[in-house]
Amino acid sequence: MSFVLKSPVPRIDQVGVEERASTFQKRSIKNEAKAIGLKLAVSMMDLTTLEGADTKGKVTRLCRKARQPMAKRYHCPPCAAVCVYPNQVAHAAKELEGTGIPVASVATGFPSGQYPLALRLADVKDAVNSGAHEIDMVISRGTFLEGNLAEVSDEISAVKEACGKAHLKVIFETGELQTYDHVRLVSQLAIEAGGDFIKTSTGKVSPAATLPVTLVMLETVRDHYLETGRRIGVKPAGGIRTAKEALQYLVMVKETLGDDWLSPDLFRFGASSLLGDLELQLAKLIDGNYQSADYFSKS
Amino acid sequence: MERKKHHLKFGSAFDYAPAPETTPVALKKQYELFIHGEFVAPASGSYFNSINPANGKRLARIAKADHADVDRAVKSARQAFGNVWGPMDAAERGKYLFRIARIIQEKSRELAILESMDGGKPIKESRDVDLPLVAAHFFYYAGWADKLKYAFPGKAPEPLGVAGQVIPWNFPLLMAAWKIAPALACGNTVVIKPAETTSITAMHLAEIFQEAGLPPGVVNIVPGAGDTGAALVEHEGVDKIAFTGSTAVGKRIARSVAGTSKRLTLELGGKAANIVFDDCAIDQAVEGVINGIYFNQGHVCCAGSRLLIQESIHDDFVARLTRRIETLRVGDPLDKNTDIGAINSKAQLKRIQELVKTGEEEGAELHSSSCPLPDEGFWHRPSFFTGVTSSHRVAREEIFGPVLSIMTFRTPAEAVTLANDTCYGLSAGIWTDKGSKIFSIADQLKAGVIWANTFNKFDPTSPFGGYKESGFGREGGLQGLAAYVK
Repeated sequence: MSFVLKSPVPRIDQVGVEERASTFQKRSIKNEAKAIGLKLAVSMMDLTTLEGADTKGKVTRLCRKARQPMAKRYHCPPCAAVCVYPNQVAHAAKELEGTGIPVASVATGFPSGQYPLALRLADVKDAVNSGAHEIDMVISRGTFLEGNLAEVSDEISAVKEACGKAHLKVIFETGELQTYDHVRLVSQLAIEAGGDFIKTSTGKVSPAATLPVTLVMLETVRDHYLETGRRIGVKPAGGIRTAKEALQYLVMVKETLGDDWLSPDLFRFGASSLLGDLELQLAKLIDGNYQSADYFSKS
Repeated sequence: MERKKHHLKFGSAFDYAPAPETTPVALKKQYELFIHGEFVAPASGSYFNSINPANGKRLARIAKADHADVDRAVKSARQAFGNVWGPMDAAERGKYLFRIARIIQEKSRELAILESMDGGKPIKESRDVDLPLVAAHFFYYAGWADKLKYAFPGKAPEPLGVAGQVIPWNFPLLMAAWKIAPALACGNTVVIKPAETTSITAMHLAEIFQEAGLPPGVVNIVPGAGDTGAALVEHEGVDKIAFTGSTAVGKRIARSVAGTSKRLTLELGGKAANIVFDDCAIDQAVEGVINGIYFNQGHVCCAGSRLLIQESIHDDFVARLTRRIETLRVGDPLDKNTDIGAINSKAQLKRIQELVKTGEEEGAELHSSSCPLPDEGFWHRPSFFTGVTSSHRVAREEIFGPVLSIMTFRTPAEAVTLANDTCYGLSAGIWTDKGSKIFSIADQLKAGVIWANTFNKFDPTSPFGGYKESGFGREGGLQGLAAYVK
């Protein structure tokens, strides 16, 4: 292969990385730690709606939910961002004006990315012009699996340029790349090509985010930081539905990258249904007893 | 390359709150001897203290067996062998073992807590490793009880008689299971001496034998120190000795058994080489090395206590290891988030500290985690030495603590030479992404158990035992039966 990365890409042992990831599921998070973790998870949430049936009304509700996820007495922080399709960006930006909550937009022919590059770049520019602060692009998985790494790298760089000041999250769709060696390779490639965040999945393909896949990405980010001093963010997306799972991810971040990454600037959850369980668990912790799920908003 | 400019901060953000296991356990103030199916006071009336190594305080008083008690226990075992257990239908013996295994499973939480209180190991390990393996060993050998003819085709396997067994303090209940289960499955009866610092779970195992209705005398448990062990080993009514422990004591036992008709198996010390090649999956190799040396505070005879690392990746690997030991949580063994518990005893801590001091005096560089240690009890930070050479004591002697010795090699041939340059030969590890290399290196290593791209994995179906001064005989698997039949 003629394409050369600046940093070496170490091998990943499947059994070993899965065993390591499972150790993060064994941490027991209780009391104050749990309260801190749950609130942190809410503050890291890219509250997402990506449906063909999205309407202005749905986006409005989502934006207002992101500003105040729970009743005020719980002192729950706002979500990190609201993530929508490009057509809803302008409306979301208007809704969130003055709140400090950024609008993230999926782009580049999300979720397949199977469109000509010119159209994908136009998609990005359009979303940015409409007010998106963050762009969640998809890589060309087909091109990657063909072994054409140079082209994947060039495309990411081109999208980064099209983003201008907007932050770029690079989605790998790890469920389609499948092996941990691929995940490590594409992570390094996306980081070197200019991505600000690396993200597991679109949420449209199963399996989406898993602990071991995210661990491989965190380790790539760690090695890149130690080598260059540049901090890259990580976003697992799709498949994380319970507060318990979210806390396991935070444990993994804490023990792999340390304190600096326990912040919405460098770690995000892409999820639509996770927030409900986080609310339920937070209320239980504060009120002392579980309440009926009927007391929590579903959308 | 060593990276010096940028550091990760493993501080107090999202700090885990204490998560101690609740302890409504059936811990008693005093434990008696278990002879002929009953708990009886020692003839001498003397007791010793079992200490909780996490705070240095007394946990319970344990009856100390002397010559008279051992004699009583051996006679009981002999009687049970001749009258009950020996003549019993093999399938019936199997049923007792299955019953014992099931009761162990039911009581595993309580036993895990007791094991952690008495021995200092983290509850995470006693709960997820020790107890599941204890039950698994009884289940496994229960299955063999009525199938021994298939285990030894063409032969008519007969039990040996009374087995005298002496076990160590690092896996108290698990070592009892390794010894008792195959002995009983083959039709032998047992007198077993738990280690002086960790007798409590053995005495709870005795209660389980009672609950299972095991006939009196089939298993007798005689706690005590070295003299109790010597009384058992030298007793003329014993047909077979099985010992797990230090090489020094193993040699004494071999001498005392010489010239008698007693059979002997020994599972002794180790100084295993964990060989890491430059084509390994490096982050997973770091985890394997951590597991290899810090599992159970390094109180593991097959611990990967010598790290042989290919020179080209030495600095990178050491940097990763340095960062990783900072995230190990040392402290209360009963806290579910504890990775490294207490050192088993004051004496063991002293031995570890002496060897560490020697390592520094001999010129190796010590690296330790910066973690805080509790004020009371016996603790040692996870540590490793770099710049070790084969002539250093820390490269040759078993430290039996959370201290790793790191050496470098240049070629696979040199790795093999260094790995085999020891009086021990219990275990070894190989880390490479290249399958052919695994097989070629494994063929050349003189070690009883070899792990590739993993470490410290145990299973009752797999034989375990050593080369050279790590002992002889195998425990576990089909091979483990051979030590208990003639």
